[in-house]
Amino acid sequence: MFGMVATAAARKASDVAQQRRWLVGGMLVVIGLLCLWFFAMQVPADVISKYRFSGGGDPVQLPVIELPTRLTNFILALALIAFGAFHITRGVAHSGALFGVSASLLLAIFLTWSIRGASLNLTGLLESTLIRSIPFLLGALSGIMCERSGIINIAIEGMMLTAAFVSVIVGALTGNLWIALVAGLLSGALIAGAHAVLSIRFKVDQIISGTVINIFAAGLTNFLNLRWLTVNQELNNSGTFAKLPIPFLSDIPVLGTILFNQIILVYIALGLMFAVNFLLFSTRWGLRTRAVGEHPKAADTLGVNVFKIRYANVIFAGMLAALGGAFLTLGSVGRFDKLMTNGRGFIALAAMIFGNWNPFGSFGASLLFGFMDSLQLKLQILTSVIPSEFLLMAPYLATIIVLAGVVGRVRPPAAEGIPYEKQ
Amino acid sequence: MAPILELRGITKRFPGVLANDHIDLTLNQGEIHALLGENGAGKSTLMNVLYGLYRPDEGEILIRDKIAHIAGPRDAIAQGIGMVHQHFMLIPVFTVTENVMLGDESIVNGVVLDRKKVAREIRDLSVKYGLEVNPDSYIKDLSVGIQQRVEIIKLLYRKADILILDEPTAVLTPQEADDLFQVLRNLKARGNSIIFITHKLREVLELADRITVLRLGKVVGSADPQNTNSAELARMMVGRSVILSVDKEPAQPQAVTLDVKNLVVLDERHNVAVNDVSFQVRAGEVLGIAGVQGNGQTELARALTGLRHIESGSVSILGEDTTHATPRKISELRVAHVPEDRQADGLVLGFPVEDNLVLNEYYRPPFAKGLVMQREVIEKAAEERVQEFDVRTPSIFVNVSSLSGGNQQKVIVAREFSRDIKLLIASQPTRGLDVGSIEYIHKRIIEKRDAGTAVLLVSNELDEIMSLSDRIAVMFKGQIIDTVNADETTKEALGLLMAGMRDESAPPRAQTEIPDKSA
Amino acid sequence: MTKARRRERKRKSQTKARKRKASVTLRGSQCRSLRQRDTRYVNSMAQVTATAIPQNNPTPAPRNSIVRRGLDVLTIPALSILTAFIVSGFVIAFTSPEVLKLLPQFWQHPLKLLTTMHETVTTAYAALLQGAFGDWGAIWQGLESWLATGNATDLLRALRDPFESLVGATPYIFTGLAVAVGFKGGLFNIGVEGQLFAGAVASAWVGFSIEGLPWFIHLPLALGAGIAAGAVWAGIAGLLKATRGVNEVINTIMLNYIMFLFTDWLLSDGGPLRGNAGAPRTPEIYPSAYLPRLLPDPVRFHWGFFLAIGAVFFVYWLLWKTTVGFEIRTVGASPTAAKYAGIAVGKVFVMAMGLSGGLAGLAGANELLGLNHYMVAAFSPGYGFDAIALALLGKSNPFGVLAAALLFGALRNGATRMQSIATVPIDIISVMQALIIAFIAAPEIVRWLFRLRTPAQQEHEVFARGWGA
Repeated sequence: MFGMVATAAARKASDVAQQRRWLVGGMLVVIGLLCLWFFAMQVPADVISKYRFSGGGDPVQLPVIELPTRLTNFILALALIAFGAFHITRGVAHSGALFGVSASLLLAIFLTWSIRGASLNLTGLLESTLIRSIPFLLGALSGIMCERSGIINIAIEGMMLTAAFVSVIVGALTGNLWIALVAGLLSGALIAGAHAVLSIRFKVDQIISGTVINIFAAGLTNFLNLRWLTVNQELNNSGTFAKLPIPFLSDIPVLGTILFNQIILVYIALGLMFAVNFLLFSTRWGLRTRAVGEHPKAADTLGVNVFKIRYANVIFAGMLAALGGAFLTLGSVGRFDKLMTNGRGFIALAAMIFGNWNPFGSFGASLLFGFMDSLQLKLQILTSVIPSEFLLMAPYLATIIVLAGVVGRVRPPAAEGIPYEKQ
Repeated sequence: MAPILELRGITKRFPGVLANDHIDLTLNQGEIHALLGENGAGKSTLMNVLYGLYRPDEGEILIRDKIAHIAGPRDAIAQGIGMVHQHFMLIPVFTVTENVMLGDESIVNGVVLDRKKVAREIRDLSVKYGLEVNPDSYIKDLSVGIQQRVEIIKLLYRKADILILDEPTAVLTPQEADDLFQVLRNLKARGNSIIFITHKLREVLELADRITVLRLGKVVGSADPQNTNSAELARMMVGRSVILSVDKEPAQPQAVTLDVKNLVVLDERHNVAVNDVSFQVRAGEVLGIAGVQGNGQTELARALTGLRHIESGSVSILGEDTTHATPRKISELRVAHVPEDRQADGLVLGFPVEDNLVLNEYYRPPFAKGLVMQREVIEKAAEERVQEFDVRTPSIFVNVSSLSGGNQQKVIVAREFSRDIKLLIASQPTRGLDVGSIEYIHKRIIEKRDAGTAVLLVSNELDEIMSLSDRIAVMFKGQIIDTVNADETTKEALGLLMAGMRDESAPPRAQTEIPDKSA
Repeated sequence: MTKARRRERKRKSQTKARKRKASVTLRGSQCRSLRQRDTRYVNSMAQVTATAIPQNNPTPAPRNSIVRRGLDVLTIPALSILTAFIVSGFVIAFTSPEVLKLLPQFWQHPLKLLTTMHETVTTAYAALLQGAFGDWGAIWQGLESWLATGNATDLLRALRDPFESLVGATPYIFTGLAVAVGFKGGLFNIGVEGQLFAGAVASAWVGFSIEGLPWFIHLPLALGAGIAAGAVWAGIAGLLKATRGVNEVINTIMLNYIMFLFTDWLLSDGGPLRGNAGAPRTPEIYPSAYLPRLLPDPVRFHWGFFLAIGAVFFVYWLLWKTTVGFEIRTVGASPTAAKYAGIAVGKVFVMAMGLSGGLAGLAGANELLGLNHYMVAAFSPGYGFDAIALALLGKSNPFGVLAAALLFGALRNGATRMQSIATVPIDIISVMQALIIAFIAAPEIVRWLFRLRTPAQQEHEVFARGWGA
């Protein structure tokens, strides 16, 4: 009798898995076939795609790789079809691997096709991918710290914007980038503190609280920008962090340029990714944070102070987002422009969800979105039938698709969004 | 010997409710002290006060002869108090080790969690107290019985010697409950002191060294299990002698109203909850579904009323196939449903009483003409129903959330019973209610039966099943293990069936362990 | 207690309430004592129903204490607005260059600093109020000169400001209703801005691509296209929630950005809706699709306002008088109970979201057909986002939303004047809005600031429980 129960349950579970494998695998095969037809067969046989790996001024000039567009895409598309078929028959267990491989193949096909008859500096593209992914990464880390403790964070955008503004002004006033950075972080902590007080102390719906922060930040920075910066242009110039090549490592071709010749904030951000991961999964603080985000009452009955953990995490999250905001000013343009975050906070939110509330997964998503972002800039120069607007839509579309559960499922912390009531 | 724990004059008020009224209680070293009372008598409140989850308005707590200031669970734990809550305080996505160490973590290298050390300690405790559990399993993969072991290990890991268990047997099979009692006796023998909260008389008489009875927030008496009996305890608990049997004539069963064949239903986690169940209910009879909570009764009732998807099998009501019918369709076949969770399903708490009284008929005449709702008709009907079913409410315009549990349930009963119904599916219709409301609702159910309604009664309370049903089907692990006539069975026989044992002659099955996937 | 006695008590309290209503004035102390009495009354009622079940907070709110309810409903919003004004006043003062210059010399000239601050704020707010409600002296003079000379130029010029406030309020009414309908259905539609864009684009397309229709066909067609586009765009989020259980908040945020980018593309160089003007905008719509104006230039007041008022009544009727509304509200109050009651919860999600999006789309269509007459990239100053504040301020009640929208319309219009006269940037309005939302959502802050009593029942709405997936 019990055997029957178990097999019925197992059969049901495997049915569902089988269905999903067919769906996703079949989708990959269909996409592969479409690629085969459009990105390979439709291209004349003699067209060449050139990948360069060195910029004009680089000391070491690496050879240019010339690929016949049609043949390359033919092979890549076949690989995609094979991968889809493999998933149907055998199943790829790790959803990250499934997504990573298929997305890489698709991007390679698309890229090779886009530069047919032209050339592209791949190193440059990847370098700008990394730089553009940093604000997403920091925003996502902010979201992770906050939401793992059970507080929804849609205020990443507002926190980034505030910090971007404050760091520019302080940088201009003091002439010291580090003071500017600290001021930016503090402003992020302050505004996150408001989110924390509203959603923890006053039990305001966390979406509303986050919206308040976003509206407030946008309003105040616009207001002060007009009131102070437009009339005093010298206030809107903080200077930027210089590149900090790491000795020896930065001399490695390609990899050195991409990874080890960046400004210090990039290194800090990547370090923070590891730090947040360690914090969450290997320390007391992390254990309690996750407990509070999953089942605050259980944590409370064991003497864990739910409110303290949540306050601390939200404020830390504010500083992480603030670093992302400061990166946009101190790390790149050195000036503030109206609403300059331009939705990056929401892309970061998407990266967080995409990465299933895990730092490394979110970094993967950030890189993908950063790649889309830099690619659309490059493609504006090349001739492409795909308008840049559609590439920019990718992060948003991807989030909707992931949340709809078409490509694997994500699981938010269980207690998220519910104010904790202590009797 | 001085008591290890003493509560003096504990008083706790909630808005409009005096939950604990000057309660005195002592606990001696190495005894099991049962705290007995009806639902809502204030037992859990008192223990939550002791554990620091509520602040008492008056009174003091003495532990080992010293006044203890318990402002939160942390203080309670420091005083050696541990509590297993009625609803387990476990985090499903954490491992056993993580759940046990939370709040009292072992650390190596200054910051890193020492999971190995804690796992070792858990294994030691498992062996010592007979609480077998795999420290690396995730809670979500464990059965309820094993989850309870984890809860007890949590207390022992913290070196608690005053243990509070709040209704620990509610979710257990009788067999699992016996195992638990063995563990508790073992703990007692090692010098721990235990407060055991329950409303089940049998358990008290079997396990306790001393009994204190609460009623409406007051201590109404105490007893020695050696010198008392169920009837006396029940009288103390309820405040008068209780005749839980309902006066009823023998049933006059007629045509089959509900016909269930080979029904299979999954639960939230896609496990099989109802496994190949078939039965019939005839007009004019009450079929009771007995069983320990969590054996598929909830899913069965929800599936029959269209609230859960049916995997396979068929359901027909009055000859019409309703296997995949919507709740609305089923309701329109004149099926009434008193749902198990009245606050989540049965009522819209933020709506006034009047709207809740027409929740199943708001969309059709006379309550609506086309799209437009007829407010006056609704108000008139609501007034009538409030009168007829004796719903105690200041007016039909107040939110139903402001009514007491018993009156909330009466609102549901008033709504469901005000129609001409052919089938009544009642899930836990009296759970958590006071005795007066229970008797009232029982009377109404029998009235419906006598009027020719087929009744399917699902209840965890054996007394309720025994007193209302004409036939009783016992569910165990998703299956109906046997169906018996109510007047030909005994509580004991049903208890055995609920534990999965068909009869004495059949060999006992290994029924206590739900296979532990991760082990 | 017997039923008869309860009835008696109820009757008495009704008379009491009526008497109170007659004597009540809005003075703080009286207000408070009134509240106290009411609380006592509520408590005594509570005892009737009280039992020993602690999780039920027995706090009936009988329909008869109209005064109390009226005060409660109005007090918090009014004080929230007041507080937001005060805080924003400080922001204006302390960011003013003149004040900042004086700040280091505070100890030498404390009075001068204070008077400068005072002047800064009063100038700003005076301009704000005049911009919002018009210069009634000028209107009077204009009226006189029109009566005397028959020349209406002065009058119309003076009337521009108050009417412009109504023009500004119109999209707010629609978007506020859109968010409110969502709230009632338990849905948080953050995507109103995107749906507004969808509506505007669709109505623009209908407006400029079809020629030769009479206005009574073309105009409804264009409005309908706007409604449909908004409804479909929001419906996606509703459908995903209904079928896949995905939280609508995240999806509407994402759909917003997709719509903005999509609009950018439509209007970009070579985009399908690009006009010939050399700028990223559509061609101008035909006058047959215009929402007609009521008065000559420079007053831009148009029929859209009455459409909005109609929408208020329609939404009220729908939500509270029909079965559809009952279903939306039931799903919003308790999805589980709604399912039990036989309501198709998924369908209601889609319907409520569609209705919400339709109203948002109508806001876009209204702006386009009534004012702009062509679509541009920066089409809305954030009507869709401000709408959240409006719905909260109006407690999701259509008439509350109407009042809030009139206020915000006036404020935004007044702020334009403030920016030009007092050089206080218009964005201070956003700061005010954020503060108002915060105060409304956390009434404890306002109660604490003004030392108000806490009501027995706390109102905390939680819309989003995690992102869901």
